[in-house]
Amino acid sequence: MKASALFWKRPESLRLHAPLVPTIDQIMVEERANAFTKRSLKTSAKLAGLKMAVSMCDLTTLEGKDTPGKVAYLCRKAVQPIDAKYEVPPCAAVCVYPNLVKPARMFLGHHSPVKIAAVATGFPSGQYPLRTKLEEVRRAVADGADEIDMVIDRGAFLTGEHTRMFDEIAATKQACGAAHLKVILETGELVTYDNVRLASEIAMRAGGDFIKTSTGKVSPAATLPVTLVMLEAIRDHFFATGVRIGMKPAGGIRTAKQALAYLVMVKETLGDDWLTPDLFRIGASSLVTDLLMQIVKCTEGNYQAADYFSLP
Amino acid sequence: MKAKTQVAKISTKGALVPALAPTAIPLKDRRLNFGGKWEYAPSPEDAKSYPIALRHELFINGKFVVPAAGTYFPSINPATEQQLTEIAEANAADVDAAVKAARRAYDRVWGKMPARERGKYLYRIARIIQEKARELAVLETIDGGKPIKESRDVDLPLVAAHFFYYAGWADKLKYAFPGKTPRPLGVAGQIIPWNFPLLMAAWKLAPALACGNTVVLKPAETTSITALRLAQIFQEAGLPEGVVNIVTGAGATGAAIVNHPDINKIAFTGSTEVGKLIARSMAGTGKHLTLELGGKAANIIFEDAPLDQAVEGVIAGIYFNQGHVCCAGSRLLVQEGVYARVVKKLRDRIQTLRVGNPLDKNTDIGAINSAGQLARIRELVQSGLDEGATLQQTQCALPARGFWYPPSFLTGVTHAHRVAQEEIFGPVLSVMTFRTPEEALERANNTPYGLSAGIWTDKGSKIFKMAAKLNAGVIWANCYNKFDPASPFGGYKESGFGREGGLPGLAAYCRLD
Repeated sequence: MKASALFWKRPESLRLHAPLVPTIDQIMVEERANAFTKRSLKTSAKLAGLKMAVSMCDLTTLEGKDTPGKVAYLCRKAVQPIDAKYEVPPCAAVCVYPNLVKPARMFLGHHSPVKIAAVATGFPSGQYPLRTKLEEVRRAVADGADEIDMVIDRGAFLTGEHTRMFDEIAATKQACGAAHLKVILETGELVTYDNVRLASEIAMRAGGDFIKTSTGKVSPAATLPVTLVMLEAIRDHFFATGVRIGMKPAGGIRTAKQALAYLVMVKETLGDDWLTPDLFRIGASSLVTDLLMQIVKCTEGNYQAADYFSLP
Repeated sequence: MKAKTQVAKISTKGALVPALAPTAIPLKDRRLNFGGKWEYAPSPEDAKSYPIALRHELFINGKFVVPAAGTYFPSINPATEQQLTEIAEANAADVDAAVKAARRAYDRVWGKMPARERGKYLYRIARIIQEKARELAVLETIDGGKPIKESRDVDLPLVAAHFFYYAGWADKLKYAFPGKTPRPLGVAGQIIPWNFPLLMAAWKLAPALACGNTVVLKPAETTSITALRLAQIFQEAGLPEGVVNIVTGAGATGAAIVNHPDINKIAFTGSTEVGKLIARSMAGTGKHLTLELGGKAANIIFEDAPLDQAVEGVIAGIYFNQGHVCCAGSRLLVQEGVYARVVKKLRDRIQTLRVGNPLDKNTDIGAINSAGQLARIRELVQSGLDEGATLQQTQCALPARGFWYPPSFLTGVTHAHRVAQEEIFGPVLSVMTFRTPEEALERANNTPYGLSAGIWTDKGSKIFKMAAKLNAGVIWANCYNKFDPASPFGGYKESGFGREGGLPGLAAYCRLD
């Protein structure tokens, strides 16, 4: 089979195309991103936003000390985040290392509303041979992963080997089969907004279903302006191809207030069509508890101590 | 080539079914849908804590006094058309009393006070303004119609910053202009507009007071409330009697100030039409004059510009404060290669602007300041349509009462159109195109005004080349409507003369011998 037989067709030379990718002005993009934090969400809008944020959470545990027991907690928390009387939807997914996909599938069963996402392709560095990366992806999917969160080869991107980066993503997409592919750009290592925009374009054209900011292992992780640059890339891609790509900021989003600012930004950049877990996710571990605390506050009128909320 | 073969090899080995193609939305349905799923609930700023007195008197010689003729005029909230209060109308006798008080204060106290002491008063005023910022922002919004977001985040911080900045200069005056000894001019008459009532008062009062002048200030007749609240702050700060006098009223009151023989300096911000009248009546009197008048700024977008950020700059340039901004970027010049993309982005972006109750913290576009201004905007937009331009507007619902105009832009505009030449002073943008930098320059300078301009490009050298040839007092590169007390502001041609802000702003209130 020739490369041209791949579904994802690559432009002849991405390097030639690169200068056509729009440039980003740092000061204005940061100012615009900051403006979203000024929206004042009260009463019904706040409660609806908080519940929506829960439904978009990828509840994450990515530690060397993860065990099936820990993943069991995570899965239960994702299925029912809080007492049913608060009518809080389940989280979108749990996000785990490949070895923990099997136990996660066991706990969630086969018809769970909660998806299983596995980080793969040599997470978090991506500095591994493509062959083993793809094997990892296939294994995770075979074990029951619905979604694969891959990392791009930042080394390839930063040396200007955009073609290699494209091909790796395309190959990973193919290895995913029916599983959805989220492409982690690790924006904290790309540093400039111009890089983030270019990497987003490559990831979308190569077949990513979602683009994702960070692994959570590098600081800074997700920020509002970085996410805005990626949302704008998604919007332009939609106009050009008619395909809606999803967005996942991950890492550093810990408070309900931050999460609401992200939702405001999605709403005012891509429109309400993107306000669904199919197209917007937040990768976080501690965020859910704060969201739930705020939901209880909105419903009951007063705050409860953290002890009243189940641990993930 | 290596990568290609590698992919091919792996894909042949892969046992998995190739991914399904995501369904592409047909071209005609590719649009962004703003709204419909998650709506922001009203979030009004508390206004009840800040009651407005039923009647406002003149502030002369440190006291609030009844006007000589005993006449008052109503002041309304442009968002509801309800009367807020009535304001004293100052006639020539009141203006004379104010000038006399200012002269007395200049001769006896302020003019000979050590500059360092004057600085202390200004610092005190700046601090009180910061403490009362929320109240002042609410009043500014109720009285003028601007969104609370802007009065809270832009107007008030800048008002305090201007007093702080010029307070800092007071004790350093003799070092400000090397080799020269700055001396105050005497009594300054200051006439300010309704678009930034407090900010314009701060721009004018702070440098005048820092240099040792005393002032007779006239706010615009539709927005007098915050200036009079500022008078209370002067009382609280213990500012000596007569140093600042505030006389309220319309054109006749302004004329009485301009024509008063014992005034040494007139500073006016407002329309070019009135500015010309003032210049004519002051000719030959020996009074100092600075004018800050209208504008029709070109915001120039080059093909290599960061387009999304440029569109944000266009939004900030024309829809900030409902477009009631003399330096508004009201002419958009777009290089032809990116014209279609910019217009499309602009069309999407204005749909997310929220028009409505100015006190709502989520409002982006507030009320038009007065019925007269609204009529003028409508008249000019109609002229644009009659002359063949195409109008694009937001699809938002406007409140039933009050004065409103939705964010709009006109395409298909040429230089012969009135909307390309006259200042609309509302949320209406005229979009035009150009092909080369030379053409952009020619078109940008093809206006009787010369107040401001914007340049959007990724190329630094282009910014400097353009800026050197643009005939405008203020030029923003890859940003728009940014203000700082240290940065001078003012225009060329029919946009006036003299600068406010920074050192040149100080020089405008000094005799430099």
